[in-house]
Amino acid sequence: MIPELGQFSLILALLVALVLGVLPMIGAQRGRERWIALARPAAYVQCGLVALSFALLAHAFLVQDFSVAYVAEHSNSVLPVRYRFSAVWGAHEGSLLLWALILSVWTALVARFSRSLPDTFVARVLSVLGLVSVGFLSLTLVTSNPFLRHLPGLADGNDLNPLLQDFGMIVHPPMLYMGFVGFAVAFAFAVAALIEGRVDTRWVRWSRPWTLVAWSFLTLGIALGSWWAYYELGWGGWWFWDPVENASFMPWLIGTALIHSQAVTEKRGQLLRWTLLLAIIAFSLSLLGTFLVRSGVLTSVHAFASDPTRGAFILAFLGCVTGGALALYTWRAPRFSVDTGFEPVSRESLLLLNNVFLVAACAMVLLGTLYPLVAEAMGWGKVSVGPPYFGLLFPILTAPLFLLVPFGPLARWRQDQAMRIAAPFKIAFIAALVVAAAAFALARGLPLRAVLGIVLGVWVIAGTLTYVRRFRADPQRRARGLSRESIGMLIAHAGLGVFVIGVMLVESTSIEKDLRMARGESVEVRGLRFTFENIEPLDGPNYRADHGVFVVRSGERIVATLHPQKRAYRNRQVMTEAAIDPGFTRDLYVALGEPLDGGKAWAVRIYHKPFIRWIWLGALFMMAGGLFAAADKRLRERRAQALTDAGADALGAAA
Amino acid sequence: MNPIRRKRLLLILLGLAAIGIASALVLLALRENLQHFVSPSDVDAGKAAIGQRIRIGGVVEEGSVRRGGEGLDVRFVVTDRFKTLRVHFRGILPDLFREGQSVIASGALTGPDLFEADEVLAKHDENYMPAEVADAIARGKAKKAEQAP
Repeated sequence: MIPELGQFSLILALLVALVLGVLPMIGAQRGRERWIALARPAAYVQCGLVALSFALLAHAFLVQDFSVAYVAEHSNSVLPVRYRFSAVWGAHEGSLLLWALILSVWTALVARFSRSLPDTFVARVLSVLGLVSVGFLSLTLVTSNPFLRHLPGLADGNDLNPLLQDFGMIVHPPMLYMGFVGFAVAFAFAVAALIEGRVDTRWVRWSRPWTLVAWSFLTLGIALGSWWAYYELGWGGWWFWDPVENASFMPWLIGTALIHSQAVTEKRGQLLRWTLLLAIIAFSLSLLGTFLVRSGVLTSVHAFASDPTRGAFILAFLGCVTGGALALYTWRAPRFSVDTGFEPVSRESLLLLNNVFLVAACAMVLLGTLYPLVAEAMGWGKVSVGPPYFGLLFPILTAPLFLLVPFGPLARWRQDQAMRIAAPFKIAFIAALVVAAAAFALARGLPLRAVLGIVLGVWVIAGTLTYVRRFRADPQRRARGLSRESIGMLIAHAGLGVFVIGVMLVESTSIEKDLRMARGESVEVRGLRFTFENIEPLDGPNYRADHGVFVVRSGERIVATLHPQKRAYRNRQVMTEAAIDPGFTRDLYVALGEPLDGGKAWAVRIYHKPFIRWIWLGALFMMAGGLFAAADKRLRERRAQALTDAGADALGAAA
Repeated sequence: MNPIRRKRLLLILLGLAAIGIASALVLLALRENLQHFVSPSDVDAGKAAIGQRIRIGGVVEEGSVRRGGEGLDVRFVVTDRFKTLRVHFRGILPDLFREGQSVIASGALTGPDLFEADEVLAKHDENYMPAEVADAIARGKAKKAEQAP
C-alpha cells in the first residue's frame, strides 16, 4: 500500500508540475493576475509531493519491503541501516527521483526567496523550472518507476553494489545533483529574461547567489567523487578522464565561466547576452551529463547495465530543453542592448579571457568525450579517446588562467594600463620563483612538472594575497572593510593555487609499486619500509574479508599500521578496500590485489603519494569561497529598495 | 580606418589565430590518442598492425588464466566465441576480472596473435557487458554460424 502511495504522490507531483509549467507562463504573457499568483503555491505543493514520494521510497528501504522490485534489487536484509538509506539513490530509478526532489526543492526555494523581483518575472522563472520538472518526473514515471512491485515479494533482496556501500557514496550523488540541478535556476532565469525581453541589473544580482551556491555544491560533489574513487576503487587514482567524470566536469567549467561573467554583467552591465548564453549551456551540459551517465552509451567505469529507452527519452528531453532555449536565444537576444564597450586592458577583458579559456577547455573535453559517439554514428568504427589527450591539452588550455588569475581583481573596470596592474605583483612573482628554487634544492631531482606546479601555485596564492596587501594600504577601503564577495573570491583563488600544487606534485612525484609479497617480506619506498606482517580472515556484516596487516617503519620507528582488505560480498562481488595513512604532505596507500600461489603470496599495490590531500583541500577552498561570496550582503534581496526604484536601470528593453 | 576600428580588427584577427592554433592542436592530439576497438576475429583478419595502440575486448576464455613466475605476470586468452587472442599483462587484475566474464584491455599486438596489455579495465557491475564486447561477440557468433554449414 505504501509504495502505491509513493507512486500516486509522484503522479500528482507531475500534474502539479504541468500546471506550474503552463498556467503562470500564459498568465505572465496575458497579464492574468490569478494565473501568475498560482506559481508560488504550485511550487510548494510540487515540492511537498515529491518529498513525500521520496520519503516513502526511503521507508520501503528502511523496512525492507522486498516486494518493491527496486528495493529487492539494491538492498538485502543484512545491509547496514545507513546504506539502506543511501541505497535509495544507489541506482538508476532512485537517483532520478533524487534529481526530481532536488529540483523541486530548488524551485520551492526560488519561490520563497524572490520577493524582490516582479511577480510576472518570478512566475516565468518558476514556470520554466516547472517544465524541467515535468520532463524529469515523466522520465521517472514512464521509464524508471522505482515503485514497481515484484509480486509475490521476495524473501530477501540482492544487494547494493558494494562499491556504493561507503560514506563517500552516501554524500557524493546528492552534492553533485545539488550542483547540476542548481544550474537550472540560472537557466530558468535566462529563459525567463529572454521571454520577458528585458533584464534589470537587480535581477542579475538576484541570480548570482543561486549560481554561486550551485557551483559550490558541484565543486564539492566532484571533489567527493574524486576522493571516493581514490580510496574506494583500489587503484589510487584521483581523476581518470572517464566520460562520466567529464560529464560532471563540463558543467563545472562553464559554471565557473558563468559566475565570472555574471559578476561583469551585474556590476557593469556588460556581457549580458554572453551571460544568458552561458547559463543555457551550463544547464544543458548538466542534462547531457545525466544522459551520458544514465543511458550507458559510453563505455565507462561508471556504466551500469542500462535500458536504451531511457537514453532515448533523456536525449529527446535534452533536445527539447537545449534546442528550445537556444532557438529562443537566437530569436530574442538581439533585442538586448549592445554593450557600451571596454578597452583591451581592463577588468572586463581579463574576465572575458577567463571565460574564453574555460569555454575552450570545456569544448576540448566535450570533443574528447563525445568523439567516440560521433565516430560510431558516422561508421568510423569503435574508438575511444585515450586519457593522454586530456592530460596533454587540459594543462595547455588552462595554464594561462593560472598566470592571469591574480591580475583580474586588481585591474580597473573599463580601462587600465598593463604596467599599473602588474606593478604590485613583483613580490608575488619573486616569491613563486624563490619557493620553487628552494623546493628544487631541498628535494633534489624534483621533476620539471613539479617545479612548474609549485611556481604556478605559489604565484596564484601570493598573487591573491597581493590583493589583500593593496587593500590594507588604502585607508579608505580599509575602513569600509572587505566585502564577503571579495573574501569569497580570495579564498577560491587561493584554493586554485593549493589545488594546482597538489595536482602537479601527485602527477609527477608519486611512487606506485605493484608487486608480489609473501608474508614477512618488506619493501622500501622513499625511505619507508613496508612490511607485510600478516593476513587473516575476518567477517563483516554482509561480507567476508581477507584482512591484511602492513607495518610501515622509518628506521625502527613505526609510522603507520595499515589494514587493507579484500572483501567478498554476499552477491559474490569482490571488492578491494585500500588502507591509507593520510598526511598533509603525503599519503601512504596499500591495497591487496589477488592471492598468488594458492595464498602463499599476494599481489600488492604500495603507493607513496605526495601532497594528494591538497587536491581536495583546494577544491574545499573553492567551495567555501563560492558560499562566502553568495552570502554577500549586497547580493541579498532588499524588498523595500527594490520597490522604490523598480526598473530604474533596465539593461535592455523590449522593442 | 579609425584607431578604435583598427584595434578591434587586430583583436579579432588575434582571436581567430588563437582559435585556429588551438583547434589544430586539439585535433592533432585527438588523432594521436584515438584507440580503435578490435575483436579477436578482427585481429585474426589482420585488421590491426603490430605495435599500434588498440583496445581489445571479449570474454576471458574459461580455464585460460595462468599466473606465472616470480613477478606479477599473467597470461589469458580472450575470445569472441569464434577466434581467440592470447594476452599478456604484468600487474594487478581488477576485482571483477574472472574467467567467462567480459574484459577490455588497452595495449598493442606484439605478434600476430599475442597482445601485450598495459591496462585491463574493470567494471562496477558484474552483469554489465560493455557495448563493444557485446557487439564483438554477436559478430563472432554470426561468423561461426556462417562457417558451420
